[in-house]
Amino acid sequence: MKMIKILLKLMIIFLFLQNNSLAETSEEVDKISKNLRCLICQGQSVYDSQSDFALSMKILIQNKIDEGKNDEQIYEYLKAKYGEWIVYDPEMNKNTVLLWVLPLILFVFGSLLILRKVSIR
Amino acid sequence: MVIISFLTLIYAFITSDFSNETVYNNSHTTKPLFYKISGTWGNHEGSLLLWLLVLTIFLFLFTIDSKSLSQRYRTLTLFFQEIIIFGFLLFILFTSNPFANIFPIPSEGTGLNPILQDPALAIHPPILYLGYVGTSIIFSSALGAIISGSINKSWASHIKRWVLISWVFLSIGILLGSIWAYYELGWGGFWFWDPVENVSLMPWLCLTALLHTIFTLEKRGTFQSWAIILSITTFSLSMSGTFLVRSGILNSIHTFANDPSRGVFILCFLFVLIFISIFIYFFYQKTITVDPTKTFLISKETAVLVNNLFMMFFLSVVLIGTVYPIFLEVINNEKISIGPPFYHKLIIPFLIPFLFFMAIGPNIKWIKDKIGKFNLKEIFMFIISIVISYIFVNKFGVSYLLSLPLFIFSLFLFFVTIRDFFGKNINISQKISHFGFSLLILSILLNGVLAKEHSSNMRVGDEIKYLNKIIKFQKIEIIKEKNYESLIGEFNIVDENSSLSLKPEIRIYDQPQTVTSEADISSTIFADNFLVFNIIKNDGFYNVRYQIKPFMIWIWISVLLISLGGILSLKKKNV
Amino acid sequence: MSKNIKLISIVLFTLFSFFILLKGLDKSNIYSPEIKESKVNFNFKAKYLFSEEEVFINELLNNEGMSLINIWASWCLPCRDEHLYLLNLKSLNKLSIIGINYKDDEKNAKQFLSELGNPYTNIITDPKGINSIELGAFGVPETYLIDNKSKLIIQKFIGPLDDEEFEKIIKIIK
Repeated sequence: MKMIKILLKLMIIFLFLQNNSLAETSEEVDKISKNLRCLICQGQSVYDSQSDFALSMKILIQNKIDEGKNDEQIYEYLKAKYGEWIVYDPEMNKNTVLLWVLPLILFVFGSLLILRKVSIR
Repeated sequence: MVIISFLTLIYAFITSDFSNETVYNNSHTTKPLFYKISGTWGNHEGSLLLWLLVLTIFLFLFTIDSKSLSQRYRTLTLFFQEIIIFGFLLFILFTSNPFANIFPIPSEGTGLNPILQDPALAIHPPILYLGYVGTSIIFSSALGAIISGSINKSWASHIKRWVLISWVFLSIGILLGSIWAYYELGWGGFWFWDPVENVSLMPWLCLTALLHTIFTLEKRGTFQSWAIILSITTFSLSMSGTFLVRSGILNSIHTFANDPSRGVFILCFLFVLIFISIFIYFFYQKTITVDPTKTFLISKETAVLVNNLFMMFFLSVVLIGTVYPIFLEVINNEKISIGPPFYHKLIIPFLIPFLFFMAIGPNIKWIKDKIGKFNLKEIFMFIISIVISYIFVNKFGVSYLLSLPLFIFSLFLFFVTIRDFFGKNINISQKISHFGFSLLILSILLNGVLAKEHSSNMRVGDEIKYLNKIIKFQKIEIIKEKNYESLIGEFNIVDENSSLSLKPEIRIYDQPQTVTSEADISSTIFADNFLVFNIIKNDGFYNVRYQIKPFMIWIWISVLLISLGGILSLKKKNV
Repeated sequence: MSKNIKLISIVLFTLFSFFILLKGLDKSNIYSPEIKESKVNFNFKAKYLFSEEEVFINELLNNEGMSLINIWASWCLPCRDEHLYLLNLKSLNKLSIIGINYKDDEKNAKQFLSELGNPYTNIITDPKGINSIELGAFGVPETYLIDNKSKLIIQKFIGPLDDEEFEKIIKIIK
């Protein structure tokens, strides 16, 4: 179980380790803005939206990148201003622990049920 | 007993006649009001009437189809089906009466939301509803069967047809919705993990699990309780889908109706049904004759269970991801968004073992099989998959760690399913569906990894270089159409050996005032060239987004293959 | 026995979901941005309207008491509706009103002010809309009541001011 957890964590980490060396700054903006909700739109990301809000947001992200901020810092910065609602990728905290863990618990529970049903011989 | 069934049947005739009439009237009266016939189900009232119409048609079909089964079972099933129809009737009469539209006769209709004026979307709701409503038959029939104690192989082979029908319609419905999103929303994606999309995916996942379970029940007579639970869940999910979409509780691009009173009604109705089914399940559980035979670890039964496990896991991820924000907001008053990154992180790692089991599962025998059946061929294919994936990942500099195993296992599944076509006595429908699925995963993967896009602001006459191509904004034409003004841009995309002209469009509708972007897409079997442009405030500039989407067309084809498998399986049993 | 426990727990869970969803229905699905903590940190440099000089916004919040920051634009229709409230607030002489001119054209902005009157003590520009984001704004018009000393947002008003909100401001600044 512990192994699986570690493995999972590693996978999640590697999901994010895209090759930064090749990335241009504008692609960096795309990447970040895809994870941000356009707050004045209905269910659109900042990346997809052409609204005033989204356009300004993209400029702001570019500026922050130029200032040398990394993704995490930019997300944190925006969360401080607009709350968790703005990011599509909820981080693990006391509010979202069930969100992340519940499906995994169900999976383990299901596996146990199957193992009980199936006779190993 | 006969009298009761007779009365129920009469009742069925009355209600269905009435609802048919309602539908007839509606399409008649709203037709002149709306610009298109599809407007009939583009609105809330119309779409509910469609539900009801389909519900009634299916009821008739069921009555005809189930003649050979026991009277008691049929009566009960019809009874539950009547409850559902009755509930929807009440709903329509009290909260969303379609006739209300008629009285203040407007000289001009408000018009169908232009974003919905699209051929794919015009047939999308009816098809999706056919799927949803099909699950209601499964639900009623499961309840009928558990009370009459007739959950056995013959019930399974009877209800299997309904499961297949719903499943095929749901698959195609989802496909159409996805194609629509790809063309019309102008973002070049085909799946956004938007709540409304999730809502259609959930019953599909559940039905897929049920499908496999029903096959097992038909062949081996096991997993009765599980099949019942799945039947109930599937329908509850379809209903919740209606609730979530129609009540406007979710923040989604697709939510059009927004009326809490409707939401309350569907919600109460949904939970009454759920409660009824829970109690029936628990009180009549003893009628299920427990199958004395054991399930062995290495057997097809186990493989089906493993399939179900994964389906349930994916379902729980989607379900929790969709409703969690609602729960959190009510309990904690905090708003969070759950978007694609969440689903990807939880689903993708589990896809790898899933693909593996899917490759080996179907070839395991019923009842009991031996380990070590892996023959050289399979190992060989596995090694080939590793080599190809490794070369591929290296060549394209794809650096996600996950994509390597994903590639390996989806290629492995791909090869295995292809090989299986050449076996003896094969179950052709299953092979086609599984092959379709492997193709789907593979093309989504290639599409996700190899997709390229470029977005920039351009004026007419501008030229930009992207990769080895030159994108030139040739000209813009303004055409006045009947109910919208159209800006058609012309772009040339030139590389060393080819030239491509794309003409995306911006439409400015006046009734109601909306601006939509129509992407222009040129599809080949290798890749789609996708180009869309938008007006931005700075004079003369347009935001131009160019995307290369590899293997896009294969995603559509693979879903069609999956559905084709279902249709074939349906036909086979009818003969 | 265990069957009953199962039944009860499932029923309870279903009831729980039912009530949650029922309550959820009452909530609007349109985001109502109420910031829980007002500790929005902002300090940005911006150009004055009608001049080339630049200033840090915190320098404009240097006296005791409170300030009102109002995001507006000449092309924004609701801004015209709330303008009267701003002029009223100015006449009270209780607080300085700082205007942020959002994605606007200087000529139009000038005309707007000469037409409707100028309630602002200072006006800074926001041609790209990024200064407003520093404040946590969504669009125009938006108004922030700020404590000058702590530089914290006391109240945030999304959309044009109305009677109720106007009373609220009056109450706070008195």
